[in-house]
Amino acid sequence: MSKHFLGDTAVLLGRSLRHIARSPDTIITTVVMPIAFMLLFVYVFGGAINTGSDSYVTYLLPGILLITVASGIAYTAYRLFMDMKGGIFERFQSMPTARSSVLWAHVLTSLVANLISLAVVVLVALLMGFRSTAGVSAWLAVAGILILFTLALTWIAVIPGLTAKTMEGASAFSYPLIFLPFLSSAFVPTGTMPGPVRAFAEHQPVTSIVNAIRALFTQQPVGTDIWIALAWCAGILVVAYVLAMNTYRRRIS
Amino acid sequence: MTTQQAPAIQVRGLEKSYKELRVLRGVDLTVARGSIFALLGSNGAGKTTAVKILSTLLKADAGTARVNGFDVATQAADVRESISLTGQFAAVDEILTGRENLVLVARLRHVGNPGKVADDLLERFSLTDAGGRKASTYSGGMRRRLDIAMSLVGNPPVIFLDEPTTGLDPQARIEVWQAVRELAARGTTVLLTTQYLDEAEQLADRIAILHEGRIIVNGTLAELKRLLPPAKVEYVEKQPTLEDVFLTLVGADGRNGHDRNAGTDA
Repeated sequence: MSKHFLGDTAVLLGRSLRHIARSPDTIITTVVMPIAFMLLFVYVFGGAINTGSDSYVTYLLPGILLITVASGIAYTAYRLFMDMKGGIFERFQSMPTARSSVLWAHVLTSLVANLISLAVVVLVALLMGFRSTAGVSAWLAVAGILILFTLALTWIAVIPGLTAKTMEGASAFSYPLIFLPFLSSAFVPTGTMPGPVRAFAEHQPVTSIVNAIRALFTQQPVGTDIWIALAWCAGILVVAYVLAMNTYRRRIS
Repeated sequence: MTTQQAPAIQVRGLEKSYKELRVLRGVDLTVARGSIFALLGSNGAGKTTAVKILSTLLKADAGTARVNGFDVATQAADVRESISLTGQFAAVDEILTGRENLVLVARLRHVGNPGKVADDLLERFSLTDAGGRKASTYSGGMRRRLDIAMSLVGNPPVIFLDEPTTGLDPQARIEVWQAVRELAARGTTVLLTTQYLDEAEQLADRIAILHEGRIIVNGTLAELKRLLPPAKVEYVEKQPTLEDVFLTLVGADGRNGHDRNAGTDA
């Protein structure tokens, strides 16, 4: 590792954060869709959905938070793609700068941008009646899961960011991720789904992550869900990181 | 430092293929310190590939290349300390201001007092007034000047300019030429690629023609001209070219041109 790695990453992180501060529309467009889903499901469909919980917005929020991250990482890929295409990436790579700093700065920027988006969505949920009795440690656990989930999806986003030929291609990969929560326990309990759908829903990562966060919010026992959720996040993170790093090495060699 | 006497750039038998396509088929060239060397070739001749190998962005399949005395394959970090690359597309950060772009590069090159370095370069490239504006508001010529200014941060001894004037209007071209001449006057070695013959003729101390992956000619302009049959004397009426007319009407001095461009863009 280069002796300048930390300093260079900090400088490049400052650059990307300045981008976000100057175009806050990336945060706004990230949160519009999850908030629209939340409004639609709480005020239109919610009355007819029986989740067995007192407040549908509280039931719904964990899934909405995951959708927020899935929507936010499209911008991670977009920002990386723009650097690759604009030539500034090559400029950085031809300078005596730690080479992996360019990538890590994008990853950390993604984390910061998504945490801002998540905070905005939680704020809107509070206005819509979301309440949690969770204590500090439960909130920290929720934050930890969301950070791990964001990092896992960010490393996935790095791959199209590095390889895409067009801007659309760089962000299209996020659509399936955005819709994955619909086939999970995020909106409705999985119990009413027909066999094969239910089997998929109960064994895909979103359900365990949603269930774990929901249990933390409502101070229910998290059971095995939290371990399955953490295992999914860590597994996706490791695989995506290895693939992304391989892609990166191919691109800069 | 290594061998100040060594040529700025020394390339022997450089080869590079993309799958079946043999882009470079044994390129040899030497660039003396402080000179402007033009690599001339049509599109797809391999100019950019050669520059990318010399600036450590690509690995060669065969051959050796030394820049500022350092081997690009085994001493890449030292090479990166010695060079700056100005790629085909102005690699400026559009969302940052001109000054912020320069400060960013200064920080990443770990030079002292980034703010002072940035202000000096803005001044030198007549961008002081525009320094506080976002680079996205710059005209093509201003953007290219900022791009070149970014390449000068830390005074690297060797600069690569890959097609520095492609896509620029005639005034902006003259601005860039002026900047390149000033660079060489300060002792920087410049390797530039171009597909414009007049650009090589205007700027370069030596010209090499890259064709189908090989250097087919390498020499000074006078030497290159001697390769052709001796000049014949013919009577030709010298009409002004459209470029002469255009530059006379709008003012050939690029430094005036940039203010006008700035005005329309702001």
